[in-house]
Amino acid sequence: MTFEYSSAPESKAIVTIDPVYKLFIGGEFVAPKAGKTFTTINPATEEVLAKIAYAEKSDVDKAVKAAQEGLKVWSKMAPSERGKYLYRIARIMQERAREFAVLETMDNGKPIRETRDVDIPLAAAHFFYHAGWADKLEHAGVGNNPKPYGVVGQIIPWNFPLLMLAWKIAPALATGNTVVLKPAETTPLTALLFAQVCQQAELPAGVVNIVTGDGATGAAIVNHPGISKIAFTGSTDVGKLIARSVAGTVKGLTLELGGKGANIVFEDAPLDETVEGIISGIFFNQGHVCCAGSRLLIQENIQDELLEKLKRRMSQIRLGDPLDKNTDIGAINSREQLEKITELALSGDAEGAERFSAACTIPAKGFWYPPTFFTGVTQAHRIAREEIFGPVLSVISFRTPQEAIEKANNTPFGLSAGVWTDKGSRILWTAKHLRAGVIWANTFNKFDPASPFGGYKESGWGREGGRHGLAAYLKGAK
Amino acid sequence: MSNSKSRAMRLDVKKTYKLFIGGAFPRSESGRTYEVKDAKGEFVANPSLASRKDLRDAVVAARSAHGGWAGATAFNRGQILYRIAEMMEGRSAQFIDEIVALEGLTPSTAKKQVEEAIDLWVWYSGWCDKIGSIYGSTNAVSGSFYNFTIPDSLGVVAVFAPAKPSLLGLVHSLAPVLAGGNTAIVIASEKYPLSAITLSEAIGTSDVPGGVVNILTGSAAELAPWAASHMDIDGIDATGLSAAQEKEVRIAGADNLKRISTFKDGASPQRVLAFMENKTVWHPIGV
Amino acid sequence: MVTTAAALTDGSLSSIKGFLKTLSPVDQVGADARAAMLATRSIKTASKKWAIDMAISMIDLTTLEGADTDGKVKAICNKAIRPDPTDPTVPHVGAICVYNDMVTVARKHLDESGGGDIPVAAVSTAFPSGRASLEVKERDTKDAIANGATEIDMVIDRGAFLSGDLEKVFSEIVYIKSLCADKAHLKVILETGELVTYDNVRKASFLAMAAGADFIKTSTGKVAPAATAPVVLVMLEAVRDFYQMTGVRIGVKPAGGIRTTKDAIKQLVLVKETAGDEWLNPGLFRIGASALLNDLLMQRQKLTSGHYGGANYVTLD
Repeated sequence: MTFEYSSAPESKAIVTIDPVYKLFIGGEFVAPKAGKTFTTINPATEEVLAKIAYAEKSDVDKAVKAAQEGLKVWSKMAPSERGKYLYRIARIMQERAREFAVLETMDNGKPIRETRDVDIPLAAAHFFYHAGWADKLEHAGVGNNPKPYGVVGQIIPWNFPLLMLAWKIAPALATGNTVVLKPAETTPLTALLFAQVCQQAELPAGVVNIVTGDGATGAAIVNHPGISKIAFTGSTDVGKLIARSVAGTVKGLTLELGGKGANIVFEDAPLDETVEGIISGIFFNQGHVCCAGSRLLIQENIQDELLEKLKRRMSQIRLGDPLDKNTDIGAINSREQLEKITELALSGDAEGAERFSAACTIPAKGFWYPPTFFTGVTQAHRIAREEIFGPVLSVISFRTPQEAIEKANNTPFGLSAGVWTDKGSRILWTAKHLRAGVIWANTFNKFDPASPFGGYKESGWGREGGRHGLAAYLKGAK
Repeated sequence: MSNSKSRAMRLDVKKTYKLFIGGAFPRSESGRTYEVKDAKGEFVANPSLASRKDLRDAVVAARSAHGGWAGATAFNRGQILYRIAEMMEGRSAQFIDEIVALEGLTPSTAKKQVEEAIDLWVWYSGWCDKIGSIYGSTNAVSGSFYNFTIPDSLGVVAVFAPAKPSLLGLVHSLAPVLAGGNTAIVIASEKYPLSAITLSEAIGTSDVPGGVVNILTGSAAELAPWAASHMDIDGIDATGLSAAQEKEVRIAGADNLKRISTFKDGASPQRVLAFMENKTVWHPIGV
Repeated sequence: MVTTAAALTDGSLSSIKGFLKTLSPVDQVGADARAAMLATRSIKTASKKWAIDMAISMIDLTTLEGADTDGKVKAICNKAIRPDPTDPTVPHVGAICVYNDMVTVARKHLDESGGGDIPVAAVSTAFPSGRASLEVKERDTKDAIANGATEIDMVIDRGAFLSGDLEKVFSEIVYIKSLCADKAHLKVILETGELVTYDNVRKASFLAMAAGADFIKTSTGKVAPAATAPVVLVMLEAVRDFYQMTGVRIGVKPAGGIRTTKDAIKQLVLVKETAGDEWLNPGLFRIGASALLNDLLMQRQKLTSGHYGGANYVTLD
């Protein structure tokens, strides 16, 4: 008999999901004017979780006006007082951490171990970190009398719903701005729970407003004249659209977009830790990560050995019920995303790359994709070029460090990259030459509120986190 | 003797005002030129009217020069930029004459502009190896990791300098771009191009590697759309463009998400940072 | 399979160094993170029951005290045979582990009390320090085998390892193995707490395996830290890689610091997800422990009874 792990489910009892959710405007939950709703489902089971209010242009307008009212109060407040609200929010998030984790897993499809150990703690940490900045803005590197933009519009994606909310709201509030935020269509629930936290923290009305909806709702935010700055995380295509929309206005804009990160492995890499870094790089969060290490650049002389290790390690990946504490890979967030991943992976087959997938039992309901890599990939393959946003890795070989750099940089993206080697000078040389905003050397997928995150080239504009991220929410002397 | 007569009315050898691309002074590949008149409306010169192909060539030169320029030490870049100031100082009289002629300023006002421009250039030269100390950081992350953020050059930047003041405005825009480790393509003011061309001569006689600075004379209205849509240009200083032109440039520039800025004036390290990226690096700390 | 164990090195210093240089390095932070992640596995219900029984069967029940007496050793032998006198379904442990002058009484008592199939392991080679002449180490080992030990847990010369005298470390293992011959299996104790770095643990593991170890063991239990999760992880990776190279499976024994059921189950998870299911049996994985057994018994009782137990419901020895 072998050691099979019995199912170890996290209890759902801690979470209360209402049948219908309203918009959060001016400190209260209000129904949308036209009364329209849409549904959000659990992608692991396809069951409907709740009906969500759909915000149209007039609702967005109401939210902006509420944010303007909130700004009057928020901007008059002493900065240290603003900071204390953020500390309160951080504390309440920690208190309700398990509730947030279970809810996030149900709405997004990612494993409970990840929401419990990564997403929620990091989100609370962002509020903690930025709370301390509120009364130190003259040291943010934007001059000694920096000013907030005013009302900022924020649009976040579905891959790390609460964490992306924290990345947006924490610095915005710390710098004296007020917020109209739209969570992603498929993952609104933790944002709406966050609204409750704002109420529990007694945050002044209108400082945070949550409007749920789709792309049209987002466009209404982007185009609203009362919005002074926009922060968007999402696809590169939509990012460009937004950049064109704000041309000719004075709206500030930061973008955090797609990537096709190169994970470079040299022959002297610590192989077992490298395998963990590769696995984390592309299979963590089902590959729904903008900074995923989705291209594995292996030095040719260790390719066979490393791929054997990778295959063996992949056989231990546990795919299944996201609420099971032993699950490593959860559900793909939506049918639409699953179709995109499937189509791109098929192009890999069609273009002659060789596919290997971990042997996983795929549940009958829900959206799933097994961890997969393709070998024999070159720069000219679609799977080497286009962001798949799923658990699919493209393996490319190189022979010299110069070739590795050239291949790594040969992309319109520039968000992240990894380098694995035991040689100190080579770590720094590679980091110096990689055209990417975040470089993980002998590690991968590490995030921290103090660490500025963002991309070169078409991966976006600006950074989030750290002093550099904070500065994006302030206007100083130019 | 006929000599003394010809000496009394010596014909000056007029300059052919050419483009500055890749360290050389070619004419426009289109063969076109345009007339520049002075403040009194008198003919001054026929500078090249740069075409989109000249722009394309300038981008190629700027891109191939970027690796070496960004890869040089910051201290070295500062030294090279300082030498440009030395060369500018040597050409002060030439700068002053051209500003007096084209902008119609008095010699003493022109002199002030030139001095201020050279001093500003020196100021930016000194920023090269200091920008990292002030705007980089080590970041206190949770966990056994060393984490630092450093400013990094953006790449190839197109500069549409303001028309006036013709030298000072150009220095305000160009110097910070170079200080950040970028290579530049300047599209000079159409009406007041001579300061830019004299600057190219100063640069051409300094230690700047070819292609780091490229200067085109011509029509911003014609070249801006081509610069905006060029996928190998990383950033644009649109200060010299009209609001309508700037909007069009931002729309077209969105195709590769160019970093586009305009500035009111004022010297600041923020102008260097406007054309820089931030790179964050993580590494475990362990035995 | 790439080669045979014997072909990995000829035992000369340059050959050993050359072989060890081919091993990939270990990143300490990354190894710690992998071990920590595996520690989050939640093992409940049926899988927990299986793991508890497996862990019991893997225990080398140990007494290595200066104050050991015949009486003490006999008591521990009884416990080894019958961990829970009220529950005959509890498996017996993997082995008894004692000093070589206690082997005789242990073997005799086990044979007379129904524990004939429980091996006696003896620590040897001037355990725990290893600081003695080769003659002393030889005598130590020969005595143990003559007294009935069928497992020898030797220590490596850490001083020699850390000062680079790898040939000495290697040749001592080869020699002690030759004394064991077909009479005893050889466990080689690395004393990972003194080696400190994971790179050293990996290299020492391979050195021991190339020299003929049947098992590699983390610690003497007399030095802290002992069998930490990342160290066991690194050793499991080494035996896995060694198997890939030579087709031979070497066992792993963590010893010291494994006191609770939770600790033991974490070890089993490490084994399963690193070396693989083939190592999940007492032939390839042992746990050197003493107090652990009672905690396993209490957890076992809770699974059947549904409530928490107390110290009076498990025997002291």
